[in-house]
Amino acid sequence: MFGLEKKDTSLLVIVAILALFAPFILNPFPTESGLAQFNAGYPDLMQRFVIFGIFAIGFNILFGLTGYLSFGHAAFLGVGSYSVVWMYKLLDYNILPGLVLAVITAGIFALLIGFVSLRRSGIYFSILTLAFAQMSFNLAYSVLTPITNGETGLQVYNNDKQILMSAGDPTSPHLFGIVMNKSANLSIAGWDFTFNNGYYFCAVILLIVFYLSIRIFRSPFGMMLRAVKTNQTRMNYTGLNSRPYTLAAFVISGMYAGLAGGLMAAMDPLAGAERMQWTASGEVVLMTILGGVGTLLGPVLGAGFIKYFENIFSKINDNVLHGWFSFLPDGLENLLVGIIHPFVGKGWHLTLGLLFMLVVIFLPGGLMEGGQRIRERFGKKKGGGGGKDAEHHPKEAPHVAE
Amino acid sequence: MDAILLQTLNGLDKGSAYALIALGLTLIFGTLGVVNFAHGALFMIGAFCAVTFSRLFSLSYETLDPTKKDFLGNPLKVKTPYLEGWFGPELGGTLIDWAVPLSIIFAIPVMIFIGFAMERGLIKHFYKRPHADQILVTFGLAIVLQEVVKYFFGANPIPTPAPMAFRGSADLGVLIGMDPNVVIYPVWRMVYFFFAAAIIGAVFSFLQFTTFGMVVRAGMADRETVGLLGINIDRRFTIMFGIAAAVAGLAGVMYTPINSPNYHMGMDFLVLSFVVVVVGGMGSLPGAVLAGFMLGILESFASMNAIKSLIPGIDQIIIYVIAIVILLTRPRGLMGRKGVMED
Repeated sequence: MFGLEKKDTSLLVIVAILALFAPFILNPFPTESGLAQFNAGYPDLMQRFVIFGIFAIGFNILFGLTGYLSFGHAAFLGVGSYSVVWMYKLLDYNILPGLVLAVITAGIFALLIGFVSLRRSGIYFSILTLAFAQMSFNLAYSVLTPITNGETGLQVYNNDKQILMSAGDPTSPHLFGIVMNKSANLSIAGWDFTFNNGYYFCAVILLIVFYLSIRIFRSPFGMMLRAVKTNQTRMNYTGLNSRPYTLAAFVISGMYAGLAGGLMAAMDPLAGAERMQWTASGEVVLMTILGGVGTLLGPVLGAGFIKYFENIFSKINDNVLHGWFSFLPDGLENLLVGIIHPFVGKGWHLTLGLLFMLVVIFLPGGLMEGGQRIRERFGKKKGGGGGKDAEHHPKEAPHVAE
Repeated sequence: MDAILLQTLNGLDKGSAYALIALGLTLIFGTLGVVNFAHGALFMIGAFCAVTFSRLFSLSYETLDPTKKDFLGNPLKVKTPYLEGWFGPELGGTLIDWAVPLSIIFAIPVMIFIGFAMERGLIKHFYKRPHADQILVTFGLAIVLQEVVKYFFGANPIPTPAPMAFRGSADLGVLIGMDPNVVIYPVWRMVYFFFAAAIIGAVFSFLQFTTFGMVVRAGMADRETVGLLGINIDRRFTIMFGIAAAVAGLAGVMYTPINSPNYHMGMDFLVLSFVVVVVGGMGSLPGAVLAGFMLGILESFASMNAIKSLIPGIDQIIIYVIAIVILLTRPRGLMGRKGVMED
């Protein structure tokens, strides 16, 4: 189907089913039950899953395939957000022109930054991209205030032109009249399900870009990118110039990031400079690594994992903990709560940091490798213990000189 | 002329901090070949050593003073630091006043220990892994350290003043025969600069004039051969890691009066220090020091009003612009060694 192999088609179908039925799948607990706080089926969070999924898929095209570790992808995210909000200000609240502009401007930015940064590789490349991103962040905060509205963040004001706006148009982001923050609700026997327009719009986009990323992974172009990761020198010796390939990968992943940033502004018509800060770039690196570098599904899983636990962990406070352990004797209860306390609520970043270190140390392939190991252990008879999937795990040979 | 002098001086303290952090980063990179993203966290931990130490010094007990009343009519509670109780108000007060410089004594063993623990416990296992993995694991460690400090000390900056004698500003212009009130400079920043210069000098002479330093330099040049000569180079490199951690920590200790420490100060400095290391040249110690001071001074020149009105926003981006220009024109950095991190 769609020119994909059977295995990839089934992967795409699984992702499609997961995305379309997410409001059901992520809401396994009845609204009134004590476990309802583990539900993730509300629009805001689901949108974040999908948007960061898109961001991570794009980042993976660069880092997973070519091995170039960019620490500046948040710049493209910010550029995308600003473009969309500017389109709101100039035209109207229809998100389509904004998203198109977001992808184009992010692409142009990526072309410029990539053209310069890709002259170097390894740690130098990381530092160069970091420098460019910090530069954009600082500029957005200070000199470019007329364009970015500085610290306040860019938003739509009443006196903005909005030349395409006519009387009956919605006053929040919409797609030809379908308002993004409108939802349909469904209640079945204690369960509440929310079907949000914005979420479904993002999900459809996710499916399209996921399909594109499969095609890129399986194409000759994708093979070239893997060759860059495996051994760039040898590739050059065979008479191939690797620069156009890496630049194309950089631009594509920049456009993905721009699209993700645009979608953020499409869900919530705001754009701030803090989206460009280097910690935001670090976050997408975390997601990709946690999910599994160089795998198709990994980045999406990683993004969902981090965003879900960020949300759940930061909601747990001492009262909730006391509620859980109330069946224990008091002393033990207080002890357990005391031990867990630093890791939840405001301390969620500590858990994230520890988790991230553990993944890098013990499971460099991320969640995907973890899953694979488990499958190998249980399904040895069936698969004959074929070891790693060669295509999903190109040999870990850094192109950086050691 | 006086403006130039003033901006140069202004750049010196920030430049000193950059130079010290970059020096430690380069030491680690040159010896162990590891890109340490947790180095900023070490700087931050150093600063919090000073905070802890000054808090320890001002631990106090409460006594009731029956001669005075508070506004409710109860006997007034008077706090007396233990130190003043033990050594008398004069010596005790001086000790408390000098808490920041004195915490150096406390910070050195703590930082060396943290450095050893980091190297033996974590980084040792990453020598054979790609640089990307080293960056990622130390990045994770930096997040963890930062959050631990935040858990104990809170998220707000903690003001930690310098000793009385070094507070305020000095009129440097008068000393070199200029008009008074032209070149006014905070005293502690000058102290910081001289302190940084002393540390840099100490590290260089340690490497240059001791047998230990000679072996380390030989190991930096060719680790395998030194190993073949029967020298336990790994142990020496671990010690160098401890020293690098101590340098970063001391930079942090002395920086506390300039900028009240908060838990993310390390990250703010780290990004810039990496830029400094890359501009100076990966693996080159003099390059790191030179680039640190150069970028610090250039940054302060760029924040002059005359220059800002010429190119708006230049003060925000000057360091990055310089880094980009240098990396593209001199890929090895200012004083990079041949064959280090080349693709």
